[in-house]
This record gives sequence, structure tokens and C-alpha cells, in this order.
Amino acid sequence: MASLETPRGTNMGDPLFWHRLQFGFTATYHYLFPQLSMGLAFLIVVLKAVGLKTGDVRYDETARFWIRIFGINFAVGVVTGIPLEFQFGTNWARFSQLSGGVIGQTLGMEGLFAFFLESSFLALLVWGEKRLSRRGHFGAALALWGGSWLSGYFIVATNAFMQHPVGHELLADGTYQLASFWTFLLNPWALAQYAHTMIAAVVTGSFVVASIGAFWALKGIHLPHARVNLKVGTAAGLLTSALVAFPTGDLQGKLVARHQPITLAAMEGRFESGPRAGLTLIGQPNVAQRKIDNPIQVPAVLSFIAYGTFSSDVRGLSAFPQDQWPQNIELLYYSFHIMAGLGTIMIAIMGLAALLLWRGRLEGTRPMLWVLMLAFPFPYIATTAGWAVAEFGRQPWLIYGLLRTAQGASPTVHAGQTAFTTLGFAGIFVVLGLLFLYLIGREIAHGPAGHQA
Amino acid sequence: METLWFWLVSVMVAIYVVMDGFDFGAGILHLFVAESNEERREVLAAIGPLWDGNEVWLLAGGGSLFLAFPKVLAAGFSGFYLAIWLVVWFLMLRGISIEFRSHVEDGLWRHFWDSTFAVSSLLLPVLLGAALGNVLRGVPLDASGYFSLPLWSDFGLGPHLGVLDWYTVLVSLFALVTMAAHGALFLAWKTAGPVQDRSKGLAGRLWALVLIFWVLATLATTAVNPAILRNLPHAPLAWLATLIFLGGLGLVFTGLHRQRFLLAFLGSGAFILGLLAASAACVFPVMLRSTLDPAFDLTALNASVGQHGLRVGLAWWLLGFPIALGYMAFLFRFHRGKVSAAAEGEGY
Repeated sequence: MASLETPRGTNMGDPLFWHRLQFGFTATYHYLFPQLSMGLAFLIVVLKAVGLKTGDVRYDETARFWIRIFGINFAVGVVTGIPLEFQFGTNWARFSQLSGGVIGQTLGMEGLFAFFLESSFLALLVWGEKRLSRRGHFGAALALWGGSWLSGYFIVATNAFMQHPVGHELLADGTYQLASFWTFLLNPWALAQYAHTMIAAVVTGSFVVASIGAFWALKGIHLPHARVNLKVGTAAGLLTSALVAFPTGDLQGKLVARHQPITLAAMEGRFESGPRAGLTLIGQPNVAQRKIDNPIQVPAVLSFIAYGTFSSDVRGLSAFPQDQWPQNIELLYYSFHIMAGLGTIMIAIMGLAALLLWRGRLEGTRPMLWVLMLAFPFPYIATTAGWAVAEFGRQPWLIYGLLRTAQGASPTVHAGQTAFTTLGFAGIFVVLGLLFLYLIGREIAHGPAGHQA
Repeated sequence: METLWFWLVSVMVAIYVVMDGFDFGAGILHLFVAESNEERREVLAAIGPLWDGNEVWLLAGGGSLFLAFPKVLAAGFSGFYLAIWLVVWFLMLRGISIEFRSHVEDGLWRHFWDSTFAVSSLLLPVLLGAALGNVLRGVPLDASGYFSLPLWSDFGLGPHLGVLDWYTVLVSLFALVTMAAHGALFLAWKTAGPVQDRSKGLAGRLWALVLIFWVLATLATTAVNPAILRNLPHAPLAWLATLIFLGGLGLVFTGLHRQRFLLAFLGSGAFILGLLAASAACVFPVMLRSTLDPAFDLTALNASVGQHGLRVGLAWWLLGFPIALGYMAFLFRFHRGKVSAAAEGEGY
């Protein structure tokens, strides 16, 4: 047996362990909120556009309900997002110092172009409907959609540099500097990841909208608005659930296959190389014995997904030096399979619901309404798992191929400090989560009629 | 180019302090100037649509610092580790206090958020003031370009520094009374009736305190960092900034005397802006001063990114900055005039 040395960052006395735990925890928690904000922002624009065009007040009233949810969700997204901005400097100082010359660009642009737009028009969208004209309020909705999706691009472009660094040069002092702005900003990885991420956000929004519609329909309350929610949620849900898999997810997979072949091997739990690689549907990776236990595989499909032909050779982990393997192969494997599995289930749910909607039988089919009502956590889980694939898959690198995660942490911050702030965040986030659920629950109970109801 | 970016970052941070400063001031004072629920909602209506945009100046300023001087960001944020996280936590608490309060019509719920709003608004200027104090005093940066400071040690300026010592606490208190005084003028300008009466009463007393603390803090600063006095004759911008803050101070008292609160509020903005600009001009090009050896100072020249990055950054900054100012102007215009509390469920 090879020596079982503990990889850096997994020992709980090591500050790196706490830095990684804190980032993983705060980023995962934060992203529960922006994915709904970005998805809802788009759907609110759709609802208001239909209302504006047809004059159908049910759409305006439904939009008003979602704007109240959006306001609470956005506020929690803002406050949970602030820590992430600061973590670059506090916890990952070395990484910031070395790569600030490149990623400082997108992070700076996010502040100037996206945050000002969002923050300036949020209050107008949430509270300004009476003071603004119908078009003016539609404009505020557009501003929030534009701002939140712009913000998403800058963050994805920053992450894309960490996944697939382009547009930079290495100076003698060890820092990375910007060499080509447009190459960096229009990183092909960023474009694919952005399309995948934004569409996934609309999937989350659609499932949440459809879920509330199904809830009201099952209860037999707010029926006109339930109908709007079911219609918009199911139509957008089917479209985006399909798009998130193909072409955007497929594109992302091909990029991983080309630029991070080790990650692909670990995602699939593939240890040995060879042609006609099978896709594992079910099975448990046994890293010590380098095999999948209880595998159920579809032959040759992985070759096709990764490289476009059934006969392509897909390299396994054994083909690469072990010090370049992602450290947490098990979690990476499960994250990928949960994401892909749930993605498939979501297409099926929305496909069936859309079929019933088209035949005019959705509201009468109570089992389907139950499924829609209860399915809203799926996109949250799938999105979280998707980011886990991206981030565990990037290991052991902070900037893929350039900077190891262990080399990016702050040199003067010790474990006692980071453990303290991590525990602090755990406490704050529990309280914040409870308050969020309480406020959202009240809004749902109020329904579309508004506060006075 | 480095010099330009030093000033761009300074300007954004200074705008942040002026803009979020009146939110802090309103938060510190609202328990005293607004007694009933109706009156407190008037205060919230004044800052509610603005606070988030104001806070973005901090994030945008931090983004510009990251873009141009990542070494300063890396050393400062990791060196002030716990202090930075306290700032973040209170920013979070302040934000949800404003946003959550209006959602439930219940006395206890609202008392709770009123208190958290007041406490976080009070502690933020204290922490940010301490940050300014630390920048002026210097930190134990060594040859590695990093340092680490506990929140406090013996409160002295000896070899074992902490974020808080007698000097930085003095700057904190100066920041606290200045933000409160700034907020009092904002409320006197934007509100009417009893809230305005109480705000203007407090404003006069607070500005007297500001004068006292300003003199003390200035004297202490020249003692702690004598380089500032040495730089002053060679820093024409510092003279200009001094004129601005003295002029601002004049406007504050004239405005208060003539009951023209917009004038006084603009004066207090000029006072804060000028004071920060004068400090920046006196320490330039040093961004983070080392108490161990001037050779370890992080300056605009030795901590900046490459020229190409600075130039590219400037191109989009020149596009984005006017847009941001435009949003701000639009918001102030849209919410012009005296505020009144909105009907329940239709505003903060």
C-alpha cells in the first residue's frame, strides 16, 4: 500500500482546513439565495411583460406576489454575499495577492456595473409600484434582472479563470497579471459555465413558482393566480430543465474532458483507461481498491459524452500522477451523479406536467400537483451539487494547473481565528435561515392579495 | 497611473463614508429622535431606498483596491482578520434590520430590529474609525509583506500593538460622533415635525462634540505619525482638501444657524470628504505604513498590479463611475423632498 499521508487541508488543526470549510459553507449557503433571485428576476420580467401586453391583471398580481418574495430573498442574498467578497482578502490573501492583477478586474467590475444597478432599483421594484408608472415599474424589474445576471457573469468569469486560466501572464515576482482583457473576460469556459448557471437559476425559479401554484391549486385557494404560476412555472421549467442538460451541461462536460481530464475521471469514478468507456449510473467508488462497487453502467456512453464518438479512449485516474488527483473523489463522484440524476428526474417531471398542461388537465391531476409542490428542493440540490462538482473537481488546484489550494491561504491567519469566524457564520446563518423561512411562510400564507389580506 | 489609482480608490472609500455615514448616523440616532412606530418608519423611509446603494460604495471601493493594489488588500484584510469580520457581521445585521423590520406588524418584532439597527449602526463607525486610525498609525508589516494584529493588547503604542489602542479608540470616537452629527443633519433635512425638531436639536450639540474630537484626533495623529506633518508642506492637495473641510465646517454651522439643513448636510459631507482627502494626501504614496521599518511600507508604487491591468481597469472605471453617480442622482431626485412614512405594507 502507498503511504496514507493526510493531504493538506484535511487536518482539523490546519488553518487551511478551516479556510476551505468556511468558504465551502458560506458559498454553498449564499448560493441558495442568488439562484432564486436570478431565476425569479427573469420570471418576474416575463410575468410583468405579459401583464403589460395583455392587460391581464392576474399576471400583475402574481408578479406582485413574487416581487415580495424576491425582496426578502434578495436581502438575504446580499447579506450572505458580503462575506464572500471579503474572504478573498481575509482567508485567501496569498491567492488575492498573486492573482489580483487578473481577477481584480471582474470583481471590481461587478461592484461598479452590477451592484449599483441592483441596489439602486431594488427598493423601487419592491416598494415603488404605486409611485411609478406601469412602464417605470417594468423598467425596475428589467434593471434587477440585468443587474443580477450581470453580477452572475462577473462571478462566473472569475471562477472560470480559476478553472481554466486564460488571458494572463506570469511575472518574475510570481504574480499573475492581465495580458489580454478580452481573452480573460470571454474565456470559453466562462461562456459555457454562465449559460449553464443562469439557465439552472431559471430552473430553480420555475420549480419554486410551479410549486406555489400547485400548493394553491391543491388547497383550492387563489385559483386564478395558481393557474398563472402553474402555466409559467411549467413552461419555463420544461424549457430550462432541457437546456440546462443540453446543450449547456453537455458543453461544460466536454470542456472538463478536454481541460480537466483528471476531474472527469474522478467524477465518473473511472480508475482505468480505455476505449468505449461506460457511463456509471449507480455504484460506490472504492478508491483504496480503485474500483466501483455494485456498478450499473451503460457501455460506451461516457466516451460519446466526453469526446463525441463511442470508441474514444477515456483516461482513468491511474493514467495521472496521484498528487494531481482531486482530494475528495467520493464526494466529487456523488455530487456529479446527484446533479445529473436529479437533472434527468426534473426533465421528466416538467415534461409530464407540461403535457398535462397542454391537454388542459394539469389542475385536475392531483398526484401531479403533489409532485410539483414537493419537487422544489430538487433544483436547489442539483445546483449545489453542480457547484460542488466544479469546486471539488478543481482540487488540488486553486487556479487550475498554476496555484495549489494549499499555497493560496493567508499566511498570518491561524486556525483559531478561522474556526471562530466559521462558527460565528454557522450561528448567524441558522438564525438568518429561520427568519427567512418565517417571512417567506407568511408571504405564502398571505397569498397574492397582499399585506392587507 | 499608480497615483491615479491611489486617488480613485481613496475617492470611492471617501464617498462610501459620506454616503453610508448618514445611514449610520440615522441608525445611531433613531431611537432618540423617533419615538413612535410612525416616526421610526419616517427615519427608515428616509434611508430605506438609499442604504443598499450606499453600502455598494464600500464593495466597489474594495473591488477597486483589489484590482489596483491586491497586496494591500491581502495584507490588510488578513492582518485585521477579526476586525474585518466584525465589520462584515455588523453590516449584515444592519442590512437585515432595515429590510426585515417592515415585514411584520408586531411591536416586539419591531423593537428587536430597532435595537439591532441601532447597535450595528453604532459599532460600524467605531470599527471603521479604528481602521482609519490603524492606517494612520501603521501596522507591524514585516519583510513578508504581511502582519497580524489582535483586536487589542495593552491599548498602548508599544511593541505589542492591537487594532484598538488609545489612539485608534480616539479616532473611533471621532468617527462615531461625526457620523452621528452627519446623520442628524440628514434627518433634519429629510424629515419634518417632531423627528426634525429633535434631530436639529441634537445636531447642534453633536457638532460641538465633533469640533472637540477633531482637535484631539488631529493633535494625536501628528504625534503618532509625525511624517504627516513633514509631508504637509509638499502636498498641495492636502491644502486644497483642508480648505474643503474647513469650508464644509463653516457651511455646517451657517446652515444650522439659518435652519437650512440641506446646506448644512452638504457642508458635513464636504467636511468628511475633505478630512479623508487631506489624510490621504498626507500619507501618499503610503497605503499601509509599517511600524517596523519604512522599507516594509506598502505604497501605491510597490503594491500595484501591472500597467496593462491599471489601464484596462481605468477604461471601464471611467465608464462605470458616472453610471453609478447617475443612479445616485436619480434616486435622490426620485425621493426628493421631505419623507413621510408609507402605508403599512407599502414601504419600509
